[in-house]
Amino acid sequence: MNKREFLKDVVLFFPAAGVLGALACKAAGKEVSASTSTGYDASQHWYGMGVDVDKCIGCNRCAEACKIENNVPEEPFFFRTWIERYTIHADGEVKVDCISTKTPEQRLAEQNAPVDPSVVRTFFVPKLCNQCANPPCVQVCPVGATFQTKDGVVLVDETYCIGCRYCIQACPYGARFLNPTTHTAEKCTFCYHRITKGQLPACVEVCPTEARIFGDLRSKQDRLVRFQRENVISVLKPDLNTEPKVRYAKLDGEVR
Amino acid sequence: MNAAIPAALQEQLAYQFSQVIGFIYPNEVEMQWSILIVIYPYITGIVAGAFILASLVKVFNVREVQPIYRLALLTALAFMLIAGMPLQLHLGHPERAYEIFFSPQPTSAMAMFGFVYLWYLLGVLLIEVWLEYREQLVLMAREATGKLKLLYRALSLFSNDISPEAVAWDHRVSKVVTVIGIPSAFLLHGYVGFIFGSVKANPWWASVLMPIVFLMSAIVSGIAMVMLAYIVISMLRNAKIDMACLNKVGLFLLVAVIVDSAFEGLDYIHRVYQSDESIKILGQLVSVKLFDSLVVMQVLLGMVLPMVILALARNTRLNEDLLKIMYFVSALLIELGVFSMRWNVVVGGQMYSKSFRGLMAYKMELTGIESLTTAFVLLCLPFIILTVLNYLLPIRWMDERRSAHA
Repeated sequence: MNKREFLKDVVLFFPAAGVLGALACKAAGKEVSASTSTGYDASQHWYGMGVDVDKCIGCNRCAEACKIENNVPEEPFFFRTWIERYTIHADGEVKVDCISTKTPEQRLAEQNAPVDPSVVRTFFVPKLCNQCANPPCVQVCPVGATFQTKDGVVLVDETYCIGCRYCIQACPYGARFLNPTTHTAEKCTFCYHRITKGQLPACVEVCPTEARIFGDLRSKQDRLVRFQRENVISVLKPDLNTEPKVRYAKLDGEVR
Repeated sequence: MNAAIPAALQEQLAYQFSQVIGFIYPNEVEMQWSILIVIYPYITGIVAGAFILASLVKVFNVREVQPIYRLALLTALAFMLIAGMPLQLHLGHPERAYEIFFSPQPTSAMAMFGFVYLWYLLGVLLIEVWLEYREQLVLMAREATGKLKLLYRALSLFSNDISPEAVAWDHRVSKVVTVIGIPSAFLLHGYVGFIFGSVKANPWWASVLMPIVFLMSAIVSGIAMVMLAYIVISMLRNAKIDMACLNKVGLFLLVAVIVDSAFEGLDYIHRVYQSDESIKILGQLVSVKLFDSLVVMQVLLGMVLPMVILALARNTRLNEDLLKIMYFVSALLIELGVFSMRWNVVVGGQMYSKSFRGLMAYKMELTGIESLTTAFVLLCLPFIILTVLNYLLPIRWMDERRSAHA
């Protein structure tokens, strides 16, 4: 190698090393934040949620807490979790509405309204991302911005999402929306920032009747595993083979 | 402080929210794929259809269609150059679109779009057009002066050999490219159908027939668009329309419409007969939300009526002017029908709740990125590009030159 070639190589080396170094740092940083920085090992968990339909009183505190905790737009159009109300009439007619889209005044007025004698049964069903084990949203994301963590939670990388909305179309449960501020797909994360620190998701934390049970399906002593053992469990839209990890107890066949 | 919804979106959502019939999941109030995603499969379909029409000349030796071979190629190219734009404009983060190329998710049907699109544009269409025009470009470069000369030289990629052997070689390669191009065109639009057909969450879309239906309607719309362009350009140039060519294209169009309607009919019959849990809400969707756009525009005006007109046009005793009007009207109706079909698939599929308990509304914006204005501009652009292409690469230049020399 002569002097000229050597100098040329030296000049090329620095930018190339810089680019490679930056890429390596970026990759390493991602790895660290995913596992070791807090001593949390995602591969040791497989999170799910149980919902005891009979216990839900429709107070909507879970939906409100979620909005505050996760900076979800306040207006009644976007929800990471919401409550549906089913009203079964004597003639078999089923009426469904979403109490989370109503104002507190509207909800109060409905509570104070005279009882309709034709109603034979009512119940509330909390809904959220089903954190599917076989998630169609992850399958369709063109860039891999939606992904499943080792602990089974489906997340969206908002720095990577291109906002094509294909995942929103692919979700059978209506659990996703496009955040109007970040212009990226958004959904329930099981409050990932909380659960990885050993805390409960906000909705579970505030539920006054313990209708929501959060837990680790990998741990045999877990409350959620016990909940599953002690109840007849259903999942939403089982025919779509999404394998939801949100499991419902005493779920009426009317609920989709 | 919670994230705020921009005022315009809030107004649109409030209106759509007020129009909901029955129960929907709350997040469903927003129409995710709007008018821009309606025109995307419409434009892509025209590309595939126009190319397949062109391939009839090259691969299947249908000589009657020769007069519109170049027009079909340029139409395909003009629409292809715009095909990606509605998708790009629709993205929440268009500046990240390159990620589809650089870090595609292999399981995503949409991720393959970038590659299919690029393959078709660079691997098939541009090569095909270049081979077809190379001889003409060399000759034009020789005759032109100044900047135009440089442009034609550059467009011919500075090639200069137009010996009979070289031109024959062009034609041979062009044939090979077309043979590769036919499955590529099928792939391009079949894949668009697959994007919708593979969404199991949405029964209006989830059908194995979706790629076939998209492909057949693409062929129909592409042939009709080339036919329209041929009639309009000939009228504007005061040139005589080759009736043998028009009749042949009309025949292909008729066959394509019949096959297309058979598949679409099969899809509907299958749904109705199978009658799964979604059938009730889909029935309401059609009768309440899509009656005009599906039953009237797509089926009656866009399919049945042109089919009848095209069948009547097979009567060779009709005079030429009447035939031209019949072809023109039927092609126009077919474009309306195929556009309606895209609307009914894309928008229709988002007008009922996945809870199967309610129907949503769509308030189209007049201005803004995802608006009627943008859609209109995007639909006009291919025609402007076609005009420019036709100016730069005159379709009849070689014919006129040959007849002048003769």
